[in-house]
Amino acid sequence: MALRLPQIGGFEVQMEDEMASLGAVIGASWTGAKAMTATSGPGFSLMQEMIGYAFMTETPCVIVDVQRAGPCTGQATKVGQGDVMQARWGIHGDYAPIVLAPNSVQELFDLTVRAFNLAERYRTPVILLSDEIVSHMHESLVIPPENQIEVIDRKKPKVGDSKFFMLPEVAPMPSVGEGFNVAVTGSTHDETGRRFTADQPVHQRLVKTLTGKILKNADEIVDFEAYNSGDCDVGIVSFGCTSRAVYEVIELAREEGVRVGSIRLKTVWPFPEEAVRQMAQKSKAIVVPELNMRELFYEVERAVRGAAPVVSVNKVGGGDMITPEELLSEVLRSVK
Amino acid sequence: MSSFLRAAQELGHKDLSKFVFCSGIGCSAWIPSPYLMADSLHVLHGRSIPVALGVKIMRPDLNVVVFGGDGDIAGIGLSHMVHAARRNLDVMVVMVNNMIYGMTGGQVAPTTPYGMKTTTTPYGNFEYSLDVARLAVTAGASYVARYTTAHGEELTKAMKKAITTKGFSFIEAVSPCPTAFGRRVGFKDVAEMLRWFKTNSVPLEQASGMSEQELKGKIITGEYVHREKPTLTDNIYSVAKEAQKLAPA
Repeated sequence: MALRLPQIGGFEVQMEDEMASLGAVIGASWTGAKAMTATSGPGFSLMQEMIGYAFMTETPCVIVDVQRAGPCTGQATKVGQGDVMQARWGIHGDYAPIVLAPNSVQELFDLTVRAFNLAERYRTPVILLSDEIVSHMHESLVIPPENQIEVIDRKKPKVGDSKFFMLPEVAPMPSVGEGFNVAVTGSTHDETGRRFTADQPVHQRLVKTLTGKILKNADEIVDFEAYNSGDCDVGIVSFGCTSRAVYEVIELAREEGVRVGSIRLKTVWPFPEEAVRQMAQKSKAIVVPELNMRELFYEVERAVRGAAPVVSVNKVGGGDMITPEELLSEVLRSVK
Repeated sequence: MSSFLRAAQELGHKDLSKFVFCSGIGCSAWIPSPYLMADSLHVLHGRSIPVALGVKIMRPDLNVVVFGGDGDIAGIGLSHMVHAARRNLDVMVVMVNNMIYGMTGGQVAPTTPYGMKTTTTPYGNFEYSLDVARLAVTAGASYVARYTTAHGEELTKAMKKAITTKGFSFIEAVSPCPTAFGRRVGFKDVAEMLRWFKTNSVPLEQASGMSEQELKGKIITGEYVHREKPTLTDNIYSVAKEAQKLAPA
């Protein structure tokens, strides 16, 4: 990006820390620009307060988190998937995030475009939750011509408008320097940006609106790849690099006479609750492979509501993936 | 605030439509928001300068002004101030220095003088304070001045220079916090604090001839630096121009 952006009218700045990086992104976004930043686990931890600010002020922006094996510095160059819950609950206070999970080089491209579109559509920070393996892979990539890429831009206010925040249908967003005298604040505020730092009804209305605009539009936001999910012995719920083993497991299991269905998340949050529950109702077991000590597992268990037993398959550290053979043996064991 | 507005008006600004204000958390962060009829970004504690950078790079035509307290700029956000000065980011930073964390109840700050009693140093401050104006000079700022709010005229003049200087300008406005600072230090009222600012201030020119012992506890006022060199926006746009020549067709 440092190489390409200046060639096409953009800028890249290496900031002093991750708070500054996302801060500069937010400043740029308020001039009307599309802006993003990228980091891995420790930087993502540092960014949480600023993500909260972007959420509270309804600032469109994109944050890429390439997950490594944490906690702390952990194994800084090795893959992990331990930021699933941080992406969901990392900021303090009530929050509803949009988190996308690519599993290929092509999807890194496609979902980055979608991340910007969702950020602009809902005026909210969007997290692209990748991992070390997906982000370091070499694969073929098709970049479509510019006119074939869907681009959504934020709604702009009309002269005389004064409500720039907390509208359920997503408020229009002015830029600085356009004469709207917009007051942007991370404190509790009303539709005009006026601060209410002690008023209970205003705060509740604000939080309900901000979370509601994501959760109530979950159907429009949620995206996943389903295979045989309506007719299988075992269902697998996966995302990111771990999902790459699932395709092979489906083939290998078929040779053993076991039908495997799959829901591969392209949005981790909002979570496709309904689809996962329906797959569970048709299955003898649901298997959740992930490179952490159970994060997605609990969300799946919550969605399944006892319709089928949920089996967790974990591995952490060393840069090791869950191999198709390992996943296959758990799948076969779950239907025995 | 009045010094800034007077400065803007004297420079011919009839309104603040050519300004964008960024501030963090604290009493002085509330100067632009909600009191000014202007675009304002009231951001996180300490992080106003990076947000100002994002605005300035995309809109170099606008005057970007940061208001913050000493806790905001010299405490939690110090690294951003140093890096903005290093980059010569063309924004103006006004650090309102009341030498204490006033909004949160008068805790010791990096700017609190040695030995001063605060709520978290009831036996006296056991740390030395930071000379933020000098640090800004060292880090590469284009304009640096320090005055107290008892020096209204000088402060206004400095604000005018800060607005018009290309590059990073830094103004330290030493100001009274009678409730959290003055009360504990033993000042009767604001007037007494302002008198103390006047009698306790030493102009920079005079200070250069004084010993360290004589300057102990004094507020050294004046213009610390006034120089110009290409700004971050000058540089980043000229790099982009070069890059565009190398762009594949």
